[in-house]
Amino acid sequence: MTDISAAGPARHRPRQSILTASANMKRRNAAEVRFKLYGLIAISLSLAMLATMLFTIFRDGVSSFRQATLSFPVELSAETLDPTGNRNPEDLRKVTTVGYQKVLSQAFVAELQARGITQDGVSDKQIGDLISRDAAGTLRAQVLANPDLIGTTIDATILAAGRVDGFLKGRVTFETAERDNQINPDQLRLVEQLRDAGIVQSSFNWGFFTNPDASDQRPEAAGLGVALLGSAYMMLMVLVMCVPVGVAASIYLEEFAPKNRWTDAIEVNISNLAAVPSIVFGILGLAIFINFAGMPQSSTLVGALVISLMTLPTIIIATRASIRAVPPSIRDAALGVGASKMQTVFHHVLPLAMPGILTGTILGLATALGETAPLLLIGMVAFVDNYPSAPPEGFLDPATALPVQVFSWASRADPAFIERSNGAIIVLLVFLVIMNVAAILLRRRFERRW
Amino acid sequence: MSVLMLLAAIAVLAIAAFFLARQRALASTQGNPRLLHSLPGYYGWYGAISVLAPALAALILWLIVQPMVLEARISATLPADLVADATTAELTMADVRRVAGGLDTAIASGAISETDAQALVTGATDIRALLAQSGVALAAEVSPEVLTAAQDYRTQAHWGAAGRTALILVLAVLGLFWGVTRAQPEFRARNQVERVILALLIAASSIAVLTTVGIVWSMVSETFDFFSKYPYQDFFFSLTWSPNFRGGSDLGIIPLIWGTLYITLISMLVAVPIGLFAAIYLAEYASRRVRNWVKPLIEVIAGIPTVVFGIFALVTVGPALRDWFAEPMGLGNSGSSVMTAGIVIGILNIPFISSLSDDIINAVPQTLRDGSLGLGATKSETVRQVILPAALPGIVGAILMAASRAIGETMIVVLGAGAAAKLSLNPFDAMTTMTVKIVGQLTGDTDFASPETLVAFALGMTLFVITLGLNIFALWIVRKYREQYE
Repeated sequence: MTDISAAGPARHRPRQSILTASANMKRRNAAEVRFKLYGLIAISLSLAMLATMLFTIFRDGVSSFRQATLSFPVELSAETLDPTGNRNPEDLRKVTTVGYQKVLSQAFVAELQARGITQDGVSDKQIGDLISRDAAGTLRAQVLANPDLIGTTIDATILAAGRVDGFLKGRVTFETAERDNQINPDQLRLVEQLRDAGIVQSSFNWGFFTNPDASDQRPEAAGLGVALLGSAYMMLMVLVMCVPVGVAASIYLEEFAPKNRWTDAIEVNISNLAAVPSIVFGILGLAIFINFAGMPQSSTLVGALVISLMTLPTIIIATRASIRAVPPSIRDAALGVGASKMQTVFHHVLPLAMPGILTGTILGLATALGETAPLLLIGMVAFVDNYPSAPPEGFLDPATALPVQVFSWASRADPAFIERSNGAIIVLLVFLVIMNVAAILLRRRFERRW
Repeated sequence: MSVLMLLAAIAVLAIAAFFLARQRALASTQGNPRLLHSLPGYYGWYGAISVLAPALAALILWLIVQPMVLEARISATLPADLVADATTAELTMADVRRVAGGLDTAIASGAISETDAQALVTGATDIRALLAQSGVALAAEVSPEVLTAAQDYRTQAHWGAAGRTALILVLAVLGLFWGVTRAQPEFRARNQVERVILALLIAASSIAVLTTVGIVWSMVSETFDFFSKYPYQDFFFSLTWSPNFRGGSDLGIIPLIWGTLYITLISMLVAVPIGLFAAIYLAEYASRRVRNWVKPLIEVIAGIPTVVFGIFALVTVGPALRDWFAEPMGLGNSGSSVMTAGIVIGILNIPFISSLSDDIINAVPQTLRDGSLGLGATKSETVRQVILPAALPGIVGAILMAASRAIGETMIVVLGAGAAAKLSLNPFDAMTTMTVKIVGQLTGDTDFASPETLVAFALGMTLFVITLGLNIFALWIVRKYREQYE
């Protein structure tokens, strides 16, 4: 029996060497390589998704920074614009945008005839349709501001209709125009001629940053003006409300709080508040600030209050970390030379913790800037085309915010609004990048190892 | 005096008190600060605080109490049929306030003089036209009772404002005298000032608790209101969700919970493997340089606002899934679907899971790794058989927190999941979640008496309870695990 067992394995077992891998070891090494590969795949997948997202947003959004305009001379005839002939502002006001629209389209048709640009199958009305519906309002405002223009001929540069703009950007093509009731292929052929003649041009879209939102029919006139102002107001108020309260709360919890039930309750609350879904804060704002306290709906004040409550835990957590990073020896030294506890904190600990607090605040504000869901509930998604007035009254005026504008444009039917929406995202991301870079630079500049 | 003017007056008095008290303290020791108990500045601060604290407290109290008293007194003078029940009383008072406000604007714009406004009689003058002139639009003609009440309202509001100004100025001046007279060398000004500061610090840290109380209170009260109008059995157990603002709606939560959980499940199927493997690679395999570059890049995902992910779902992911998977497989033709929302929420949660797991894996003691490698295990065997079991509770905690975030996520599902409440197993069907319905029921014109609006609060309450429960559970697991190696 011993013979058999001694002889058997000795014949079958391959010679073991640490220089040649056994089958078992080969399998284990293969598993090792596979495992490492899974990790690499996971990382490249997540980075690829990030890259795809940013790529599609920039691909779809960059074009919103350019805008097609029409330039041609417009004769502001006194008969239509000032029928009474006395340049009285009251009478001038009676001429509505319809009157100005007529003036514009007549001037446009006349200019085309003068330049000899013709296209079969395009009526005079369809030529007029190439002009944005917003242009008449702009021209009217210009004339009312300066009645002397009446009777003269001005070189007007006005917005082209959204479809013309889309054609220059490649979004509207001859195929889509076949199915479109706002434009037809013949009109597009005319636009091609106009482009060659230099009447239609594409230029940088300043209006995108200054115009208020525009109605569904006029995507070319829609801008981020009100949203930028609303976001700026909110961030200002969040900064003023949230930072002092957050810093004060952190100082108390880190430096003064005794260990008891109440401080435990506060601690648990802060960590839980950081995890409450943002929409719940919207419900809170609606129920308490609007329904109970009677604050005006859609106002930046309510938005700022809600966002402040959301941002508070973030700021408290960051501030506490940087206060904790100040070494106890600083406190001991201050107390040792006779400073009171309060003086130690405010004269020594707080200044040393300041860079960390600042960084945390900037990052908290960056998150707050992109917050959307709670603002929908307090009515900031409403269509607002009036600028809020200057603070402090302006804080009570209805406004909208940058991320909410992104959302409300994305839910409109016209594809031109998707382009605007992506453009607004780019603006939002630029702000976020600036804030994050500022935070990183601050951290690098002031970071201190004790 | 308007409130802003009053605040300015208080501020001026406070600054005056600061300098007077400081000056007096110094003068009492012939300008030798060493004989004072506290630094001179503290006497100044004490003076300023004794002006500010009583005056501001009184102002806030007055601003809250005056409207209540005023409304009670005015509605007592109104005839009974105008204040028959709470709703009509509210409407009448709103009319009274609007007319009173309109008269104020009319006087301010010079359309009418102060005495004329108080002597107005309906019938003799067209009040509506008068107010329309100064830009105040009224829905209906003003009834004589409302006009009289509005005139009363204005008189009393004026008296109230005058009383407010007088009281607060008196308090501020008294505070100033109090603060300045106490500025004596033996007075412990620093201790007093520090006590006030400490009170402010405590108040600031209590705001977190107040917020929670506010959240719970606002939702609980409205939820009770909802259940008094709609049976709770139907809410929790009904299988249909079809709100109808004309009444007779089915408001069963089950389809919404199903949609929420299905989307959460898919998002976890995306986020957990990717996030976990990324964390393992970064913690165990990556060189320092790779780690320094890749980790912040993955965390960039967490810094992008969720509405951007929503647009990505709506414009890119949804159509791509529809054209490449759903339609060829005959599973539907909807761009917004459970799959779309789930995948995008999954992407959003990758950095969350990876950075939490990274921290947890790094917290596993090095001795465990060394022991396993020393016995001849390969790196991946060490990870799978030693590190992951040791880190498991923490990783489970991270996954639960990510799930709670996915459940509460709003913008991505609003833009990517659809609005139809459906009970279906097909992941390419459009379904909806609790958060979508909260947004849907609470935006636009809402009537806070109808169950269709109030249901949003019950949904919010359910959401709050679920996410809070998950988080507390996760924190408990993580905390329990951390103690293991300390």
